[in-house]
Formats: sequence, C-alpha cells, structure tokens
Amino acid sequence: MTQEDTVANPETEALAEGGAVVREGTPGDAAAGRAPRYVARPPDTAAASALLAAAHRRGLTTVMRGHGTASDWGAPPERCDVVLETTALNGVEHAAGDLVVQVGAGTPLADLQAELAAAGQRLTLDALVPGGTVGGAVATGLSGPRRLLHGPLRDLIIGMTAIRADGVAASSGGRVVKNVAGYDLGKLHTGAFGTLGLITSVTFRLHPLPEALRTVGATAPNPETAQQWTRDVLASGTVPAAVELDWPETGPLTLRVLLEGAEGGIDARARAVADLMAGSGITEGRPAHWGVLPGEDEDTLLKVAVPISEVAEAARLLHEAAQRQHTTAAISGSAGAGVLFAALPASAHAESVDAVARSVRAAVDGSLTVARPAPALADADLDRWGEVPGLELMRSVKQRFDPHRLLAPGRFAGGI
Amino acid sequence: MPRPLTALIPRLREICGDDGVITDPHRRRTYESDGLTYHANTPGVVVLPTSTEQVAAVVRLCAEAGVPFVPRGAGTGLSAGALPDSDGVLVVTSRMRRIVEIDPADERAVVQPGVANLEVTRAAAPHGYYYAPDPSSQQVCSVGGNIAENSGGAHCLKYGFTVNHVLGLEVVTPQGEVVRIGGKAADAPGYDLLGAFVGSEGTLGIATEITVRLLRAPQKVRTLLAAFETMDAGGSAVSSIISAGVLPAAVEMMDALSIEAAEAAVACGYPPGAGAVLIVELDGPAADVDAQFEHATRLCREAGAFEVRTADEPAERARIWKGRKSAFAAVGRISPAYIVQDGVVPRTALPEVLGRIAELSADSGIRVANVFHAGDGNLHPLVLFDDAEPGASERAAEVSGKILDLCIEHGGSITGEHGVGVDKACQMPEMFSPADLETMDLFRSAFDPAGLANPDKLLPTPRLCGERPGIRKGVHPLVAEGAAEQF
Ligand SMILES: Cc1cc2nc3c(=O)[nH]c(=O)nc-3n(C[C@H](O)[C@H](O)[C@H](O)COP(=O)(O)OP(=O)(O)OC[C@H]3O[C@@H](n4cnc5c(N)ncnc54)[C@H](O)[C@@H]3O)c2cc1C
Ligand SMILES: Cc1cc2nc3c(=O)[nH]c(=O)nc-3n(C[C@H](O)[C@H](O)[C@H](O)COP(=O)(O)OP(=O)(O)OC[C@H]3O[C@@H](n4cnc5c(N)ncnc54)[C@H](O)[C@@H]3O)c2cc1C
Repeated sequence: MTQEDTVANPETEALAEGGAVVREGTPGDAAAGRAPRYVARPPDTAAASALLAAAHRRGLTTVMRGHGTASDWGAPPERCDVVLETTALNGVEHAAGDLVVQVGAGTPLADLQAELAAAGQRLTLDALVPGGTVGGAVATGLSGPRRLLHGPLRDLIIGMTAIRADGVAASSGGRVVKNVAGYDLGKLHTGAFGTLGLITSVTFRLHPLPEALRTVGATAPNPETAQQWTRDVLASGTVPAAVELDWPETGPLTLRVLLEGAEGGIDARARAVADLMAGSGITEGRPAHWGVLPGEDEDTLLKVAVPISEVAEAARLLHEAAQRQHTTAAISGSAGAGVLFAALPASAHAESVDAVARSVRAAVDGSLTVARPAPALADADLDRWGEVPGLELMRSVKQRFDPHRLLAPGRFAGGI
Repeated sequence: MPRPLTALIPRLREICGDDGVITDPHRRRTYESDGLTYHANTPGVVVLPTSTEQVAAVVRLCAEAGVPFVPRGAGTGLSAGALPDSDGVLVVTSRMRRIVEIDPADERAVVQPGVANLEVTRAAAPHGYYYAPDPSSQQVCSVGGNIAENSGGAHCLKYGFTVNHVLGLEVVTPQGEVVRIGGKAADAPGYDLLGAFVGSEGTLGIATEITVRLLRAPQKVRTLLAAFETMDAGGSAVSSIISAGVLPAAVEMMDALSIEAAEAAVACGYPPGAGAVLIVELDGPAADVDAQFEHATRLCREAGAFEVRTADEPAERARIWKGRKSAFAAVGRISPAYIVQDGVVPRTALPEVLGRIAELSADSGIRVANVFHAGDGNLHPLVLFDDAEPGASERAAEVSGKILDLCIEHGGSITGEHGVGVDKACQMPEMFSPADLETMDLFRSAFDPAGLANPDKLLPTPRLCGERPGIRKGVHPLVAEGAAEQF
C-alpha cells in the first residue's frame, strides 16, 4: 500500500488503489480556506484516472492542485474532500522541428521554458510566477501582454487530454497545428479552474525566440493621450507584440510597446513607434517586472476586459470608483488587447470591492471579474463574475461532465 | 413530405413570410448538396430567414415538433456538413447578409452570418484593415459557414484560423433561445463556449451575428517562388525556413504533376523541369519583411533551389500565385474525375509521407497530384481516375483512404480545413478513442439534448458509416463560374 502518515481506512484504501500516494490533509493544503481530508498524488495518468473514479464512486469532491500558486483564485469550493496533486504528471515531449510540444500538466512552466529555450523556442506566455505548473496556468487561463500578437493562452493550445469526474480520460485536438477534426474540448478546460476535469497533458504550438527585442516607453500626460498613442501604434503597421499600460495608485500613466523581430528591422520599427509617442525612450530587451500583475500578493485582484478604444477610460473609471470607496487601485494590463488588471489593497472591504465592480460593469461594454479576493474576503459575499452570458449552457456542460458536482463545486462562474 | 413537416409549413410561412419558405420540389432540390456533391438529399423544406428572431422562431418550432434542422450558409462546404435532412428543415442564411458595423477604433466588425467572407475585407479596406481568415472560397463562402468549419486559408500559417479571429457570437441554441457569447471585448467570463462553438459544424446551433477581429493591412508583402528538382529538396527548404524562425504568411507547394496541369491550363510559366515549386510569402513591417525575405531566399538556395523568382508588386505576386491558385481546376481538366483529400501531417513528416503517397500511387496505378499548404503540413492530394474505367473509382477511393491512414499514422489529422461533416464521420474513430468520442458527444448533448441540430454530422453514427469519401468530376462549378478559386 502506498500511503504516508495515514491510518488506513476504506476511503484512503479506495483512493490509493490505483497507485496514488495518499495522505491526510493539513491546514497548509487548504484551497481558498478549505482544508481537504486527503491529499493524493497519482504517479501517472492511469493512477489519476483510478483515483478520480474512486472519488466518484464514493461521492468525494476533488480540487486539483499544481503548485498551489493560484489556489485562492476563483470562489472557494463548497466542499473539498481530496486535493489531487498533479506534480507527478510531468514530462516534456518536444518536437522542435514542428514547433510543437506535448507536456504533462504537472510540469513546472519554468522547466518547460528552459527546455524550449535551449532549442531556440518558447511557449509564448509572459512572466509567470515562478513555480506554477502547466496545468495550473491552463486551468486559470491567464494571458499576459504578448497575447496582443500571439493570441491568448487558449490560442496556443492545439491538443489536450483531460480526465473526467468519473475517471474517463479523453483527448481532443491533436499534435498538428492545423486540425479541425471534432470538437475542441481543450477550449472548455482552459480557464475552467479544474471544474470540468483534470488536465493531464497539453499540446502547445510554439514560437521561435525572437532575434531582437525593443521596448518603447513613455509617460502619458493624461489617459486620452495614452488611448491615442495606443490607437496610433496599433494602426502604424509596426506590429507590436504588446502594448502595455501601467497606472499605479499615484503617479503617471505609462505606456510601453514591446517589439519583437529580426535584428535587421527592429530599430527602424522602434523609431517609428517612438515617433508616435511624445517624450518616449527606446530600450533594448524587456523591462524588469514585465507583465507582472499589479499590487501585492494579498491584494484583491480584478480583471477588466473592454473594447480596445475604451481601455484608458476604463482605467480612469477604476481609479475614480476606488477613490469614491476611499481606497486605491493599481492598474496594469494590455491596452492593445483591452484586458486590464486592477489591485485594490487588502484593506478594501467587500462592500467597497463590490461597489467598484458594479460601477465599472455598468459603464463598460465588457466584463469585470474578481480574479482573486484578498485573503480576508475569501468567504465574503462578493459578486465575483457579474453577468455571465451563456450561463445556462455552461451549467448544462458542467452537468454532462460532472453531474454530481464533484470537481471543485462552487469555484466557478455562476456557482458552477 | 412527412406529416410533422407538413404541419409545420403554415407556421414557417407565418415566421419567414411566403417568399422565405421553399416547398416546391424543384427549388428544394437546388439545395440538395454542398460543395461535396457526391452526397445529396433533397431537404424537407427550406427556409430563408432574415433576422435572428425568425431563426429563433423556426428553431423553436423544430424543437417543439421534434423535427431536425440543418444550418446552411453558401453551401461551399467540402465535407457534406450542410447536407440536408429529407425529413427536416434547411435553414439558409443567405438573406442575412448585412454588415452591421465596421469599427476600426476597436478593430472589430459585426456581421450577419450570411455575409460573404471577402465582403468583410472589402468593407474594412477603406479603413486600412482586413479580415484575416481567407479560405480560397472567400468570394462566396459565408462568415457563418466559416465559424462552423473553423475555416483557414493560405495565410493561416501565420494568422491562424477563424477561431483566432472571432470575439463574439449571437447564437440560436437548438432549443430556439438566443444567447450572446462575448462581444467586442475579449475574455468573456465563464467557460470558453465561443471557442468550442467555432468548428462545431452546425451541431450546436445557428450563429446569427458574429463579431470578428480586423487586422491592420501589412506595410509590405513579398513573395518568392523557388523551383527544385525534387519534392524532397522542396520539403527540406520548408523545414529549414520554419526552424530558422522565419514565420511566413504562407508556404505553398506543388509537385510536377500539378505544375504540368497548371502550365497546360493557365500557362503560369513556372521554371521548366521543376519537380517541385515552393511559394513563400512574407508580410509585416517593411524592415522586418526585407530582412526575413533575404533569409528565406538563402535557405531555398541552400536546399537546392535551381531558380528563385521574387515579386513585390501586386501584379507580379499575382503571377506567382496564378499557377498555385488554378491548380485544382487545372487538375480537374487533366482527369475525368478526382477525389480531393484533406489531411494533415506534422511538417517534419512531409518528406516521408509524400514518399509513401508516391509509392501508393505507383502500386495502384492511380495518379496523385500534390498541391498543398506546406507550412502547416496540410495536404490536399488530388487522386485522379477515369470513372468510365470499371473499378477505377473504387481503387481511387482506396488510395484516398490510405492517404488519410498515413496522416493518422504520422500523428496528424483527418482534416485540416474541410471538416468532418458526413464525409469523414466514419473516420473519426481512427483518430479518436471511443472515450474521446463519447466525451465529445456529451458536449454536443449539453447544447442539443434532443439531437435535432444537424444530426448525423461530425460524430460517427451506426446509420451513417460504411460510405466512401466523395468523388467529384471535372472542375468545381464555383470555380468554373469564376466565383471561387480552389487551392
Ligand atoms: C500573485 C499571483 C500572481 C500571478 N501572476 C501571474 C502572471 O503574471 N501571469 C500568469 O500567467 N499567471 C499569473 N498567476 C497565475 C498562476 O500563478 C499561474 O497561472 C500558475 O501557472 C498556476 O500554477 P499552479 O501550478 O500554481 O496552479 P494551482 O494554484 O495549483 O492551480 C490553479 C487552479 O487551477 C486548477 N488546476 C491546477 N492544475 C490543474 C490540472 N492539471 N487540471 C485541472 N485544473 C487544475 C486548480 O484547481 C486551481 O483552481 C499569478 C497568480 C498569483 C497568485
Ligand atoms: C472551391 C472551394 C475552395 C475552398 N477552399 C477552402 C479553403 O481554402 N479553406 C477552407 O477552410 N475551406 C475551403 N473550402 C470549404 C468551404 O468553403 C468552407 O468550409 C466554408 O467555411 C463553408 O462556408 P459556407 O458558407 O459555404 O458553409 P456551408 O457549406 O453552407 O455550411 C458548412 C457548415 O456550416 C454550417 N453552418 C453554415 N452556416 C452556419 C451558421 N450560421 N451557424 C451555424 N452553422 C452554420 C452548416 O450546417 C455546415 O455544417 C472551399 C470550398 C470550395 C468549394
């Protein structure tokens, strides 16, 4: 029997049957404040299937965990009997000539990037928090600044294998970049916080590491100017990889444009961008803290998505709404793709967070979600998602994939 | 006409008006197939709604009566995805052709589903923008059909497929409810239903309004044509270009047989004696394009190109593309009948798979012309035969099927752009396990528990399987009309 620190009981025996290492949960294992009864680490996908099937038979709820750096994202699960640790589901199969990689979900992203970089390639995801796993990144579905040129994370995924709540493993997509056979179920699992299944392996399309990088940055005198610069840069044909806005609690708004490309062409492009932004400077490479989320780890983090012509206005609305609630907002994000993050200090009350969210939602043609509440607000009655179009269809999908609501129940949009 | 359908007709007329409902058998028959004419079924009734409300009312009626419905755009699909149900309603979007909005400030366009793909680019062009997915049927195929098939074009190597360019959808669900997913802003909260709907081949409902991303027209476009003695040499040029980190907008390849056919048909003037030609197009910021162009040219020469031609002006570029764009039609002229296959292999497997295709051809005595999207490994082998010759069509179908087997063996896909539809539903089990297919079916039933939206498409059903892939004769009618290019 493969168990540690656990007095055998019928439940742990059932969970360990397929080979998973099972131990008792501790407060340190809590997912958004919910300490699990058990932590199980399957050594491979067959064991993961057996584990989920056993939990399913016994009506135990499961919450997935990579390295737990985003375990407080999304709403707290209503119940958490088992934390399933993915870290042994690792491994990298790099088809360099095809610019494709198939990777186990428990693989640390940093390891993956290091291996790809050695072959002159990358998975185009930005400045990830060290320690995150591939599965965690895909399940949170976050995309950084370079989504502007290379698309959000989901556009880089060409195939996926996931295990359903009943333990059945199913794949979709494939290992070629062009493929329209069957439904693309990987799209559903991306950003689903593990509520539809355990992602066990993901196949990504890769990009070559660019020869040259330049950053053009400038401080805008006001949000209108930043908006105009964004518009001019996007319309200039210089094809930036990212157009990032950074507007801290106090102080000016900065716009940074990242260019990637051939050494021979990059300086001319950088100059063309610099000419559009008064007072700008050009630097080689990427600035430090590039793409990092605003604020501190304990802050409440909001995500706002708007049409690109409304980005600066949305940022202003966020600042004003925070001020009205006697708090502050630190804002950064992709002006080019229309996706901003705003951090409200951990001291901001639930009522304040809700009020900010409500007023911005009412004013923009997009969405605002509470990506991660401050620890003190983990159980607060927050409207985290706002209106979720298509919610009935989402419930119906959840109902088919996990009819007994055993996978992180309550964690996702609309209480899914 | 079956009884439930007869009872529906007066109510369909109330919804769509008299001119929006076709019951006359001769007129119905004009909708009997899509671009894959081998599969044909006269639809029970055809409706031509003009608004979302009409589509929703029609679908609600179908749901109440338990009658199947099939969405149809322009009918250019090549997998019989729009094959009508003879006991069902064919919902055609051809009267929903309004461009609702071109919004350059947000780089978005909002269109009705019947709008032709190219019309989006035409409307955006005065603002300096275009709609990137460019299937070669783009003059006629509808944006709604593109959504359903997740269509790509010659330039999808760099710019991706329809799914990468759709931000919002208004959908009429199989229950007849109108749901809006996404819009001008990215990342709608919740599951990515939008991403999963694209490519669903009309089985999850009908898209009635679509918000797409517009791209800024590139500063510069340059095209080169490289001639090689062998396909192997051409294939290795493709590999070295891609692995050198050059990302062309398009990389297309033709073999000797298709070059010969194109030469005979349109006198494209490709270098004589070429066993393979490669077309490489680069676009983007002028300085970048120039740097990468030199690099790509050098790599072609290193791989053994005996002639390289370059073109910067639109007219010169069109001359290079002419042979490639006319290849399908041209091959149609040199053979009484042919099958177009659509399969994908990893780029690195191209030389091996092309070699095996040549062996298959030699062993069976069936000629195969190769014209394909080399950059992303999407093969379109044309399997040529004389349908007057006894047994030839069976042998051709067998060769075509074996080519697909080769794709699967090499870790590829049974379809890169034409979709599964009816045509390849029975091949799905070769690529996916029963558990994969069952899970896909779970997803489908989440949208369509009653199974009324485009039944018998995309997933294998016992009723369906056992048929052979579609066979075409001569030039595709759309190509003959000059309404579409096939390449
Ligand atoms: C302060 C902070 C800053 C961050 N900054 C960034 C950033 O700049 N850029 C960025 O892209 N991301 C960022 N993230 C998000 C996160 O760190 C990454 O996405 C990371 O990769 C998550 O990996 P993990 O292994 O730690 O996931 P975990 O925290 O273990 O899991 C995250 C979620 O995914 C689910 N999950 C994990 N693995 C699986 C699986 N295999 N199958 C199904 N569900 C699964 C979990 O149940 C949980 O809901 C940030 C997170 C935090 C907390
Ligand atoms: C000459 C020629 C060249 C071609 N070249 C290419 C190419 O380069 N790349 C490529 O990808 N394809 C190509 N195709 C295939 C075809 O043009 C595409 O699949 C196209 O997207 C189909 O659009 P359509 O409007 O004709 O759809 P239809 O054929 O009418 O329908 C296709 C599918 O979409 C569904 N559908 C249609 N409208 C809707 C809607 N509003 N909502 C939901 N479902 C809907 C139908 O039920 C059906 O399953 C080519 C076809 C031809 C004839």
